[in-house]
Amino acid sequence: MDFIPIDYESLRIIWWALLGILLIGFAIMGGMDLGIGALLPAVARTDEERRVLLNLIGPTWEGNQVWLVLGGGAIFAAWPPLYAVSFSGFYLAMIVILLALILRPVGFKFRGKITDRRWREAWDWALFVGGFVPSVIFGVAVGNVLLGAPFSLDATLRPQYLGTFFGLLTPFALLCGLVSLAMVATMGASVIAARTEGAIAQRARIYGRWAGLAALGLFGLGGLWVAFGIEGYVITSTVVTDAASNPLNKTVARQAGAWLANYGNQPWMMIAPFLGFVGLGLAVYYLGERWNVPAILASGLAIFGIVSTAGLSLFPFLLPSSFDPDASLTVWDASSSHLTLFIMLIATVIFLPIILAYTSWVYKVMSGPVTPKSLGRNPNAY
Amino acid sequence: MMIDQTVVDLSRAQFAATALYHFLFVPLTLGLSFMMAIMESVYVMTGREIWRKMTLFWGTLFGINFAMGVATGIVMEFQFGMNWSYYSHYVGDVFGAPLAIEGLMAFFLEATFIGLFFFGWDRLSKVGHLVVTWLVALGANFSALWILIANGWMQYPVGATFNPDTMRMEITNFMEVIFNPVAQTKFVHTVSAGYVTGAVFVLAVSALFLLRGNHIELAKRSIVVAASFGLAAALSVVVLGDESGYVATEHQKMKIAAMEAMYHTEAAPAGLALVAFPQADGSIWEIKIPWVLGLITTRSFDTELPGIDDLVIQAGERIRNGLKAYTALETLQADRTNEAARTTIGETWPDLGYALLLKRYRVDIENATDAEVAMAAADTVPDVWPLFWTFRLMVGVGFFFIAFFALAFWKASRGTLDKHKSFLKVAVAVLPLPWIAAEAGWIIAEYGRQPWAIEGVLPTFYAASGLTVTDLVISLSFYVTVYTILAVIMVWLMTKAINAGPKDYVALLNGETEEVPQAPSPTAAHPAPAE
Ligand code: HDD
Ligand code: HEM
Ligand code: HEM
Repeated sequence: MDFIPIDYESLRIIWWALLGILLIGFAIMGGMDLGIGALLPAVARTDEERRVLLNLIGPTWEGNQVWLVLGGGAIFAAWPPLYAVSFSGFYLAMIVILLALILRPVGFKFRGKITDRRWREAWDWALFVGGFVPSVIFGVAVGNVLLGAPFSLDATLRPQYLGTFFGLLTPFALLCGLVSLAMVATMGASVIAARTEGAIAQRARIYGRWAGLAALGLFGLGGLWVAFGIEGYVITSTVVTDAASNPLNKTVARQAGAWLANYGNQPWMMIAPFLGFVGLGLAVYYLGERWNVPAILASGLAIFGIVSTAGLSLFPFLLPSSFDPDASLTVWDASSSHLTLFIMLIATVIFLPIILAYTSWVYKVMSGPVTPKSLGRNPNAY
Repeated sequence: MMIDQTVVDLSRAQFAATALYHFLFVPLTLGLSFMMAIMESVYVMTGREIWRKMTLFWGTLFGINFAMGVATGIVMEFQFGMNWSYYSHYVGDVFGAPLAIEGLMAFFLEATFIGLFFFGWDRLSKVGHLVVTWLVALGANFSALWILIANGWMQYPVGATFNPDTMRMEITNFMEVIFNPVAQTKFVHTVSAGYVTGAVFVLAVSALFLLRGNHIELAKRSIVVAASFGLAAALSVVVLGDESGYVATEHQKMKIAAMEAMYHTEAAPAGLALVAFPQADGSIWEIKIPWVLGLITTRSFDTELPGIDDLVIQAGERIRNGLKAYTALETLQADRTNEAARTTIGETWPDLGYALLLKRYRVDIENATDAEVAMAAADTVPDVWPLFWTFRLMVGVGFFFIAFFALAFWKASRGTLDKHKSFLKVAVAVLPLPWIAAEAGWIIAEYGRQPWAIEGVLPTFYAASGLTVTDLVISLSFYVTVYTILAVIMVWLMTKAINAGPKDYVALLNGETEEVPQAPSPTAAHPAPAE
């Protein structure tokens, strides 16, 4: 493939970074909507208040969710073994997430069509589940990636998963689930505080500060746990960064504290956990001071920092295998071919800026506070 | 390790159920979004309020359908990894790319602007909103394009080669993947089917209004749009459907033979069987239109169409050839430096998939007996009779729609439709037909491809994930339950919205809003939002 202007190793690193960007994009944009869903019963108590929240995210949540859909597609295209192993391995957990995600589009659309109280309360419940459950499970999934998943690959690279659904719910993974929930709830609360008025905004500030403090503590606890409680993984054979993608050509060992090794070798990486802590601290502070836009930015920064921390700790691993560590998937042996990575890079370089441009335009058009009064105007309101 | 056939069957049932369910909503999204964009264009050009009222009314129904399309589509995106993990590993390098580009190019466009379509009426200028509506329609069509490029590659896997070091198919020529002739014909046929669906829907609901004497102005105008759009779409479905048949013969001879229940090779030009029934003595009783099949499928009078029996013999040869690739692969796995094995694989890999068919019968397929090879060759024949009849059902519906829309168009253009009560009743009654034809079409395309997940490259059973039967029982019963409940709710809400009719929307929009969309500025394609 001489005509490809970027070498295989660099493309793999670029795609590792792009995967991070897509997941961070989802964690911020989608996380905001999931967080608001999870806060729905607590922050909005009456039907009118709930309508305010639903219409707040109504015009933009579908676009935000595409970050997740694209994340799935990009893993399929750039890291096919990761797509194959993780989604079939975490099968029942995926089914639970899908149930929650199926409820969201219909919940938004169907809820407002009938005025009956029980009907609306049933959909409120569905929308709460649709926000709460994925927020927790995505975190649990990251926790399990850090722990390693029990899978093997045979000589034809057919994956076989040897764990169970309840095996995913270890204390460490649940802790990660709570970090994820608290982090998106902080984000959601900041957005509510900025774009609504009165009692809703006030409650959002209170819950948002609690969520931010919780996230701060849990993220710190998670860090200690990674340092002292769980083993990381290291490649023990020579690393060939531009070899054909075959995860079986290396050896891997488990090692206590290995997930912190990258920070020792590359101290600049410490900036990621630092941003996580500082972002959360600032979000809590700004929410108290009613500085709305800075609170949103600080929550976004926190999510960026926390998700990057997970990614940087793992590097170059994508999904370690706890059953057969040698079969672990890494950046160097679980990617698409050189040509596919290049084609996908071109597509991304063309389309991602366009997407960002029209998304910000739409946010600009839809900006401004959402109040009970503003809802009356639009016949399509939820 | 042998692959659990129950898991495979349940995975197939689940994929078929969720995909067919997803495709109940997709065609209406494709058709209705386009028609809304047409209606709103008329509104912007003429400034007549009724056209905006129409856009809003059909938009409400569109929204309910769209929500279901998204809810079912999310499942599709993740299902390949969940249920077809070896498939995802084996072809992800090729198949994943169009799927990801679909997300980048289509889903984002459609999903971002759909929010503005519903919430932007009082925040955008007239032209601004019209642009948004067109972008939604464009997004839906791009989505169909890329997913059908992916699906077309499954039917005719061009532009890729097998890499023994990574044990998978890899892209060699992306342009061939994009300009795959199968994908192109599939795209035009499928989106046309979507347009027909949208047109039939609008026509049927409007006919109902006329019969009830409600919303006459809206119904009459909607019928004109639906009849003309529908006639064009119905013609293109049939012409391009014929093209699908032609392309299928070139690349999927077994599928065509099965669709035609053609067990023996026929002398050219082959006749098209109108109806056929297997007889007790093994022969087939049929009524044939001479020459037509040969013309449709080969565009010539002298090209022979191979029958199922001959194709099975060819499959047996390819299995034996594929075993050479398979043994060479095993040699190479033991010794990565064996260049002779590499060369053999390079020459024989196109038949490797045929050898894998044997995996259903034994693990060490290099020792397969003649009987096993014969069984595997016989497996390449899809179920003939379901294909034969679903094909006739779809084609019948296609020809019916041409006549139907021609009549509707003629009557609508003379403005006499509301006087023909019997025609209006027919128009309401045919509402389910486009969905039936579209689902039939997918069954032909996908069930007719069996036993292959990727034609000639990867057998379906070999592509499945190593899940347990319990996993699949849980997920399948979960999908069936949730989807059934949602379908009932959706039909009920649609009916309610249709019965409520269009009136409230415009009053609301006009009554409570001071700054109803301003006059468009003739130069601005993307006007600034009205703050
Ligand atoms: C991008 C790929 C792709 C696309 C666009 C579609 N399918 Fe498909 N289809 C598959 C990829 C696939 C598959 C993964 O290859 C399956 C799963 C099992 C199999 O045999 O093929 C399949 C099977 C399959 C079956 C069952 C056949 C069998 O197992 O006997 C049906 C009825 C459909 N599909 C129907 C559809 C519908 C209604 C679609 C429209 C949304 C659709 N397919 C789009
Ligand atoms: C089997 C492969 C398929 C997959 C993986 C898939 C995936 C998806 C996903 C994830 C969505 C939701 C996107 C969003 O969040 O907005 C979606 C919607 C959509 N899909 Fe599919 N889809 C498949 C088949 C098809 C086919 C064959 C077509 C068209 C011919 C199609 C056309 C659409 C359209 C128009 C939408 C827009 C929403 C709606 O359906 O109402 N899809 N699809
Ligand atoms: C004379 C009329 C028609 C002909 C000759 C025709 C022909 C075909 C053929 C040969 C295929 C299979 C392509 C393959 O092998 O993969 C197909 C698929 C399909 N048909 Fe039709 N068709 C007709 C009418 C219709 C109508 C009326 C609809 C729906 C409104 C429809 C919807 C579909 C769909 C959704 C598919 C699956 C996608 C694809 O493979 O293109 N068709 N058609």
